[in-house]
Amino acid sequence: MCNSLAVRNWLTVVATLLFLPACRADEGPFFITYTHQMEEPGNLEIATKGVTGKPEDGRRFVGGSTEFEYGIKAWWTTEVYLDGQSTGSEGGLFTGYRWENRFRVLPREHWINPVLYIEFENINGANKSLLEIVNHDGKGDLLDPSDETRHEKKREIEAKLILSSHFKSWTIAENFIAEKNVKHEPYEFGYAAGVSRPIALAARPDRCNFCPENLQAGVEVYGGLGTHADFGLRGTSHYVAPLVAWTLANGTAFKISPSFGVTGASAGFLLRFGVSYEIAQFGRAARNLFHNFGGQR
Amino acid sequence: MKAALGCLILAAWARGADPLQQAPPSAAHLRNPWEGNERAWRAGSKLYARECAACHGPNRDGMEKAPALNRNNVSQAAPGALFWVLRNGSLYRGMPSFAHLPEPQRWQIITFLRKPR
Repeated sequence: MCNSLAVRNWLTVVATLLFLPACRADEGPFFITYTHQMEEPGNLEIATKGVTGKPEDGRRFVGGSTEFEYGIKAWWTTEVYLDGQSTGSEGGLFTGYRWENRFRVLPREHWINPVLYIEFENINGANKSLLEIVNHDGKGDLLDPSDETRHEKKREIEAKLILSSHFKSWTIAENFIAEKNVKHEPYEFGYAAGVSRPIALAARPDRCNFCPENLQAGVEVYGGLGTHADFGLRGTSHYVAPLVAWTLANGTAFKISPSFGVTGASAGFLLRFGVSYEIAQFGRAARNLFHNFGGQR
Repeated sequence: MKAALGCLILAAWARGADPLQQAPPSAAHLRNPWEGNERAWRAGSKLYARECAACHGPNRDGMEKAPALNRNNVSQAAPGALFWVLRNGSLYRGMPSFAHLPEPQRWQIITFLRKPR
C-alpha cells in the first residue's frame, strides 16, 4: 500500500517535470566565454557541450560535458558539470565533475558589467572537455593514453572575472581566468573573449524555426597566459573560433563552432557543438510537487 | 554614521520599491518606435509568451512574487520607463535583466504590454 503510493507519487513528480513549460535557452552562442547574463531565477537549463579533434600524432577524441544550470537568484547562478571523453580505441570514461557559481556584482545594467565566477573542479588528467585553456595547455595534453592520465587527480579552484556589455545589440565579453590546484602551485592564467549578434534584431510575429531572429553569429578567442612564474604568451596555445547558434521555436538551442589553433602549441582544429534546453520555473514546480508529496504522507 | 544609515535605508528602499518608480526621469523621454504597430504587437505577444509568461502568467495576471502586468500602472506607464525596467531588471526582487534581447524586441514586448486586449 505504502509502496504503491510512493510509486504513484514519484510517477507524478516525473510526469509533471517532463511536461513543465520550456522557454528559450538564452545561454548565448559562446562555448568558452561567459557573459553577464544570468540564468533566470527558478529556471533549469540542461545542456551538453562537446568537442572533437585529432591532434597531430594523436588519436581522434570526443570530450563532453553535461550541464545543469539553475538560477538561484537573479544575481546568482549555479551550475554542475559532469564530464566524460572517448578517445580512439581507448573507449569512454567519466572524467569528473565541476561546480560553478556566478555572482553578478552590480544590480543595474552598465557599459561594462562585472560578474565574479568561482568553480571547484574534481577531474582527472584524462579530461578532454577543454572548457577553458590556461597555462600551457595544448596539443601535448591530448596525446597521452587515457589509461595513464585517468590516474592523475586534479582538484582545482578556478576564478574568473567576467566583464561584458550589450552595445547596440552586440554582445561583447571578456573573461580573465585564474586557476590553482588546491594542493600545489602554480597559479595558472588564461583568457577568453567573444563578440556576437543576432542575425535579425526585430522578431517576426509568427512562431517560426527558421526566422533570422533565431540565429546568432559571432566569434570568440581564447588561450593560455602561463603561470605566475612564467606569465605571458610564449609557448601557450590560442584559438580563434567563429560560431553560430540556432534556437528553435520550442526553446531548444543548437550551436556549433570550428576552432582554429593559431600557435604551434595549439591543437590545430577543434570542432565544438552543443545543445541546450531550458525548463521554465523548474524550482517552483519542484517545490509545489514536493509540498503536495509531503501533504499526502 | 548618518551616511551609512542613509545608505542602508536607500538600499532597503531600492529593494522594495516598484521597479517602474525607480526608472530615472530621463527614461520617460524615450519613444517606442513600434507604438501602435499591429505586427509589432503580435511579435510582442510571441516574445511575452517566450520570455515573460513563465513568471508573470500567460494572461499577465501575475504569479507568486511576479506582479501582474495587466494593470493600468503598466499599460499607462511611459514606454521609456518600461524599457528601462526591461533593460535593468530588478535583481533583488527576482526580475532578471533582459538587456540580452535586441532593443527592437524589447520595444515589441512594450508594444504588447501597453495595448491590452
